Formats: sequence, C-alpha cells, structure tokens
Amino acid sequence: MTAPLLEVTDLRTHFFTRAGVAKAVDGVSFSLAPGEILGLVGESGSGKTVTGFSLLGLVDPPGRIAGGSIRFDGRELVGLPAEEMRALRGQRIAMVFQDPQATLNPVLTIGTQMTLALQAHGRVSGRAAAERAGAMLTRVGIPEAASRLSNYPHEFSGGMRQRVAIAMALLNGPDLIVADEPTTALDVSIQAQILAEMKTLAKESGTALVWISHDLATVSSLADRVLVMYAGRIVESGPVGEVLRAPLHPYTRGLLDSLPAMAEPGQRLRQIQGAAPSLLALPPGCPFAPRCARASDICATPPPAVERAGRLALCHHPLDAAA
Amino acid sequence: MTDLVEAAGLTRRFDPRLSIGDRIAALFGAPVETRPVRAVTDVSFAIRQGETLGLVGESGCGKSTLGRMVAGILPPTSGGIRLDGAPVMERGRKTTTRIQTVFQDPFASLNPRRRIGATISEGPIAHGLITRVAAPAFVADWLARVGLDPAVAQRFPHQFSGGQRQRVAIARALAMQPDILVCDEPVASLDVSIQAQILNLFLDLRQALGLTCLFISHDLSVVRHVSDRVAIMYLGRIVEVGPAAEVYGAPRHPYTQGLLDSVPKLRLDANAVTFRPIAGELPSPLSPPPGCAFHPRCPRATELCRRERPALAPRPGGIEVACHHA
Amino acid sequence: MRAFWREYAENRVALAALAVVVLIVGAALLAPWVAPQDPYDLANLDLMDARRPPGFVGSSGYAHLLGTDAQGRDLLSAILYGLRISLQMGLAAGTVALTVGALLGIVAAQAGGWVETAIMRVVDLQLSFPAILLALVLVAVLGQGKTQLVIALVAAQYAYFARTAYGAASAERRKDYVEAAAATPLSTLHIVLRHVLPNVLPPLIVVATVQVANAISLEATLSFLGLGLPPTEPSLGMLIANGFQYMMSGRTWISVYPGIALIVLIVAINLVGDQLRDQTNPRLRR
Repeated sequence: MTAPLLEVTDLRTHFFTRAGVAKAVDGVSFSLAPGEILGLVGESGSGKTVTGFSLLGLVDPPGRIAGGSIRFDGRELVGLPAEEMRALRGQRIAMVFQDPQATLNPVLTIGTQMTLALQAHGRVSGRAAAERAGAMLTRVGIPEAASRLSNYPHEFSGGMRQRVAIAMALLNGPDLIVADEPTTALDVSIQAQILAEMKTLAKESGTALVWISHDLATVSSLADRVLVMYAGRIVESGPVGEVLRAPLHPYTRGLLDSLPAMAEPGQRLRQIQGAAPSLLALPPGCPFAPRCARASDICATPPPAVERAGRLALCHHPLDAAA
Repeated sequence: MTDLVEAAGLTRRFDPRLSIGDRIAALFGAPVETRPVRAVTDVSFAIRQGETLGLVGESGCGKSTLGRMVAGILPPTSGGIRLDGAPVMERGRKTTTRIQTVFQDPFASLNPRRRIGATISEGPIAHGLITRVAAPAFVADWLARVGLDPAVAQRFPHQFSGGQRQRVAIARALAMQPDILVCDEPVASLDVSIQAQILNLFLDLRQALGLTCLFISHDLSVVRHVSDRVAIMYLGRIVEVGPAAEVYGAPRHPYTQGLLDSVPKLRLDANAVTFRPIAGELPSPLSPPPGCAFHPRCPRATELCRRERPALAPRPGGIEVACHHA
Repeated sequence: MRAFWREYAENRVALAALAVVVLIVGAALLAPWVAPQDPYDLANLDLMDARRPPGFVGSSGYAHLLGTDAQGRDLLSAILYGLRISLQMGLAAGTVALTVGALLGIVAAQAGGWVETAIMRVVDLQLSFPAILLALVLVAVLGQGKTQLVIALVAAQYAYFARTAYGAASAERRKDYVEAAAATPLSTLHIVLRHVLPNVLPPLIVVATVQVANAISLEATLSFLGLGLPPTEPSLGMLIANGFQYMMSGRTWISVYPGIALIVLIVAINLVGDQLRDQTNPRLRR
C-alpha cells in the first residue's frame, strides 16, 4: 500500500450545547489510501456524519474540533485558516450530501454552476468549461448531457439531481470525495445505478471515497474497508468481507442480526436491546455495555483496542474470544 | 382461508386543484398542468383471513395511496373495498373501526400537544369500547403490551425516541381491537437496531391477536420477512402478486427481477459485488407510457408490449403476473 | 412550560417589556386604590386646579405629579383610569375577535369547497381595506357606547385572526396525526376540537397580543376623533384629545403624558408579542 492520502488521528469533535458537551466524535482514528473506498457505518447519533463534516471543516458552532489531527496528503487540516480550507474544498476534497439541493443553487442552470465551479479553481475558458461539464455529466450517466446543461436543478428528477451533485463533486478531479448517505433518499433501482457508477468512477479516476451510510448492505457492496461507529467512536474496522462474515465487536454482530435478510422469514429477529445512549450522558467505559449481552463488570472501564491481522475492535470481550 | 378484505377495480385519480386564475390562464394557453395524476389504476386484490399481504414498490408507484384507500382515509375515484362483504367507506366516510393504521413517521402521526395516554384511549372511548373510568388501566395495559413502561402515559410525544413513538402508534391502532392492520412504511424512519425491535413487536402482536395485515414498504427484505404474500406495484398497477417465497425465489415479471437485483446484498466474502440495475427512470404518472408501463425500461420489451397492456393473469405456483413474456 | 419561560427570560428586552405590561395592567386594575383621586367624581374637582403643571400642590393638599387637565383633574389619576378603559376595550375586542376569527378560519379550512372560498374571499377583501376606515364608519352608524365600540373594533380586526387560524388549520389538517384521527374514525367535530384547535391556538395567541395593542391604539384614535367613548369615561385617546388644544399655549403635559402612557403600553405589548412569535415559530428555533 502507498502512503496514506488521509490520516485521521484521535479526532474529537464536540458540541458545546446549553445542556452540556456532546462528544459527537470522540477519539476517531483511521487512514485512507489513494483510490480506496472506505465505508463509514453507524446508526443516527453515532457520529458518522459529524466525522465526515469534520474532514471538510464544515462543523458549525456550537460544534468544533476539540482535538486530534487530520492530515491530508501530508498537510494538517485541523486549524487550517478558513480561506485555505475553502480553496481545498471543491478542488482536492469534495462532498456529496444526502440532499443534493444542499449543493445545487436553484436559480442557476447546471451548466453555469459547473462552469463557476471550474473557474473558481483555475483559468478555464467558458467553452472549455462547458465541454468538461458536459463530459462529466455523461460520465455519471446523464443522457443527452450537453443539452441538459441549460436546465435548472428542479428540472431533474431526484436520482438525476444526485448524479449532477456527484458530477459537480468530480469536476475538479478531487483526490477525496466524502459522500454522506448519498443514496438514502433514492429508490432502490436508482440507488443501484448510482452505486454501480460510483464504483467504476472511483476505479477509473483513482479518487478515494469515504461513503457514509446507515446501510450495511450498501456499504458492503461498495467499500473495500468498513468502519463501524457507535456513540462517537469506531468500535470496529477492517476489510468489509471479513468484518461482516465474522465481526469482532458485539455491536457489529447485533447490527447484522437486526437485518431481516439475516433471518428466516417470519421468525423473530435477534434484536439489540435498548437504545443508543445520549451523547450527553455516556456510560463510563464501553458505551455499548448497557445493551451488550457479553458485558461484564470490566466493561465499565475503557475497552482495549483488540488487533487481529489488519482488523481492529474496541472491546473487552471480542467475539473470537471465549465469552 | 376466506377472503377478509376484497378490493375490486380500485382507481384513484388526483385532479390538479386549479384556482380561477389558473383556469383562465389555461384557457389562454398558459402552461398550467391540467392533467390528472393516476396514482392507482384498476387494482384488484384480496387479503385472506390471518395473512399478511406485503405491498412493494418504488416512490410514486401508488402503494401509499392504495394503503390509504384500504385504511378508509381516502375514497377511491372508482372501485371499492369490502370488508366481509360490507364497504369500508360510504359517501366519503369510513364506516368501520375494524381496520386500523400505523403510519410511517411517528414524529408526525402523534398529536404533539396530547399526552400519549389520551392518544391511545381516545378512539376506544369515542366508540364506546371502554369507559372513561376504565381508560387509565386500559392504557397501562396497552403500553405494557407494546413494551413501554405504563408510567409514561402522562408524557408528551416529544419526550420519546422514534422507536418508542412507533410503539405508541402501534398501541393506538391495536387499542381499537381491529381485525386488519394497515402498516404504511412503519419502520422506514427507524435505525436498523430499532427497526428490528419494532418488527419483532409486530410479529409477536400479529400472532397473539391473529391480525390480518397489509404491510406497505419500499424495503424488499423487510416485506419478505413479514409477508405471506407479496404484491409488486409499478406506476399505479400491480404487476406481480403471489406467495412471498415464489415472488422472491422465482420472480416472473422483469420489473420484479430488476428490483430484486438492485437491492444491495450483504457481502460476506472477499468477492466483489456486481450490480445489474434497471436502466432508465420511472415515467411520470401524468403521462404513463402506452401498452405495458414498464416497456421503456424492460430488456424483453417487444412491439406487443408497446401496443397492448398485459393483464394480471394467473401462473403456476399461485402467482399472478402482468407480462406478455413471463 | 418552565423551559419556555427560561427561553423567554433570555431576551432582556422582552423581559423588561413584560415587566412594563404587568406594571401598567396592575396599576390600571388597582387604579381606585392607587390613584390619588377619582377623576370621574365631579365633587373632587376644583376648577382652580385646572391646567396646573406637574408638581403643583392643589387644593386637595397633595402634589399633582403629572399636573392637571382643563377640568382640574389629577392627570396621573386620569391616566390610570384611562388605561383601565383602554385595556378593557382592547381585551374585550381582542377576545371576541379571536373567537369569531378562529371559528371562521377553522370552519373555512375544515369545510373546503365553496364555504372556504366564500369566507376567505370576504376576509381577504377586508384585509385589503384600511381597518380604521371600517371602524370609523361602523362607529358613526352604531353610535357611541362601549358595546358599539367593541363591535367596531372586532369588525376591524377579526380578519387577521381568521387568516391566521385558516393558515394554521389548513397546515394542521394535512398532518399525519389528523389523518390518523380520521382513520380511527373519529367525528369531524371531535377532530377539530381535540386535535386541530389545540395546535392552532398558539399562533392565534401570538396574533392576539399584537392585536390587543392594535385595538387599544385604534380605540384611542377613535376617541381622539371624538367617535369613541362618551366623555364621562375618558380613555387615553380622549385625554390626549382634550389636552390637544392647549399644546400651543405651552401646557403640553395634558396631552403628552397620556400619549407617553399609550406609546409605552403599545410598544411593550408588541415587544412581548414579538418574543412569543419568535419562540413559537419552529423555523427560528435553534
């Protein structure tokens, strides 16, 4: 493997609210090689989205990065002036949101927006920009791309709009794309089209991808490696196939068992008891302990990082050990 | 098994609500949309006593509209639904309490300014199932049955999580002692671990109460898990219906096949996953294609498909399919 | 409720405005006990004390803190009693207008069809018409008196409530919990009273605070023009009008102090209303 493109170490993004400090991301570390697809999985409140936003310096008050480091291509992003961060964003790091409306300006045509995005990061003539924009729309699977440049965002369907947002993200040939639940709002048949195209695009352009999703199946069909987040921490990480086949962390196991696809039709699912803890009142030690069937007294102390051949889990009682 | 619910020739059209100004503008050729949306067209099906019929389709296919008609919320434009032979709606009003509904969004389906105890007991009190005096004990009983602490009856919805609210919504529906439960995407807005809890609760209560269900979802694996029979909808019509194992195991309609192929599978080995997505997009329900509505996206479409709409016809295995080539 | 109050208290200006409103309402309610003089009792008045400047010690033996008016009334007492009447009129008109407007708005939203069109067209027509003009015409036709004045004020204001109630009720009607109630099924009346109304009320109460202030100012305007209440029970508007003719002769206090009282009251009520509106508007919520 080559030198990592992105190296996140002990990232802490906290929200200083009236009710207390919510540690949305609390000690997250991972690295990403060029061209690698990383899946970031978790339920709501797990900190997966905040992690993504932290990478792009998009955390708004009352939240801020309280500690740790994000090194992108050898450059420290934590504490980078807003001006430099903005230059980096859209140029070398791009983001795709769940709601494409968040990136698309409703009163400008797609062509204008794409041209502006190109010209913001380099001298490009209007005609060259339009050509590149058209080519990019074709690449993300939009038919008759050249003629659709003069359309406004509302003239596209939901799936097409998300393709346009992806095309915008790819426009400047970024090294890293952070995609936050980009297919969650779409129908399965459209999601499948976009997943298929994303996979080819990442392969062809060598762009690294952080794919944030609550859906294990989506991540598993796309990503090379997966990070499972719970209550602001990465509780398990490793190659997708291995993690899903034989998870080390009881939470990953529980998440898999919760899927109807893992059970016989009509039979009760093996559910995880209880609900995720409030980030304002996390239990001491392992945050999953109150819901965990394997929990013991020792789980009230911070869980150790268990390493198994390229895989990592934060657990006192990993599943390959005797309970 | 007897048919408990029977829907015959259900059609629902939504006419655009035009103001006087719009009408005048349309007369002078302004681009005002005057075409009706055909949400559901000529749908007939039956739900047998004690079974769960799953209804699957993508957004805009009309599954929610169909569910709202079965639930007696929305009167059909034509056709009708009968429960034990008696119409569910008469002159635009629901006439039975035997059908109850669980809605998708538990944040919207509970009155934010009403204590949940009052939400659960108001229907049974209004219909004389219980007296006002008996309400607290009745509510406590139902809260316990859906896995909530009976002491929470005095709380407001905003004090609950999404999963807990959906439990309250289930209690409200079942407190009316229905024979039929219409579930419209009941777990779509919940996290995976909470979704499993609610599905288990649903399975337990369905068995305990002997409920007949219409379960609507866009999630193919959820529908497979809870349904005895499954109906697949595309652009306002049922294209395939039959026993769940048959429909999922050997899909006959090209749309069903494409849909099943589109679902991301859990990858449990190192092999890369290949996708076989359906090409193209859903056509607008304002102007459905002639012939078979799926033909523009269908790899097997022929001249016949463009010209003539296939009817839902029985096949071996208890399946009905609307396709010329299946 | 406690959280609501804590959030309210965070806005210092709104808190001060609320204190002012409470103070003024309290003083007006307690006027017979706190006012130095009963300004309606002619036996108390001495023309020798007329038009005296603030601080003048009159024949009754106490200082007229805000001076006296043309009849020799203690101006402070007259203002306190005037506030009483102004508030009385404002609250009466506001409450009736709220009830009438809410009823019309909710009926329109619930009924739909031609009923909706008919009610809302009339309401819209009236909203496009100056309220003061309508009130003037009505008072001129109906004559003087408290009841007549309230009728005129209600006629001038119910449309705002009807608009608000209609908007809120049509929004609530489309929500899932109303649909859930209809799917039970519950009767339309039950749904309106138990589900729609409680959720329509908060925005209406916000409108009501502002409309009470408007009613007070409208009443003052009518009284100032001599079309409001009979002179035996002077409201703030009439006090201002009475002092108006002395403005040029330098005896400005007779008009200015009632005017200040009116302005402070109206501004304070409006500030309270603004804060309530901000707090109940989900779009402005953090």
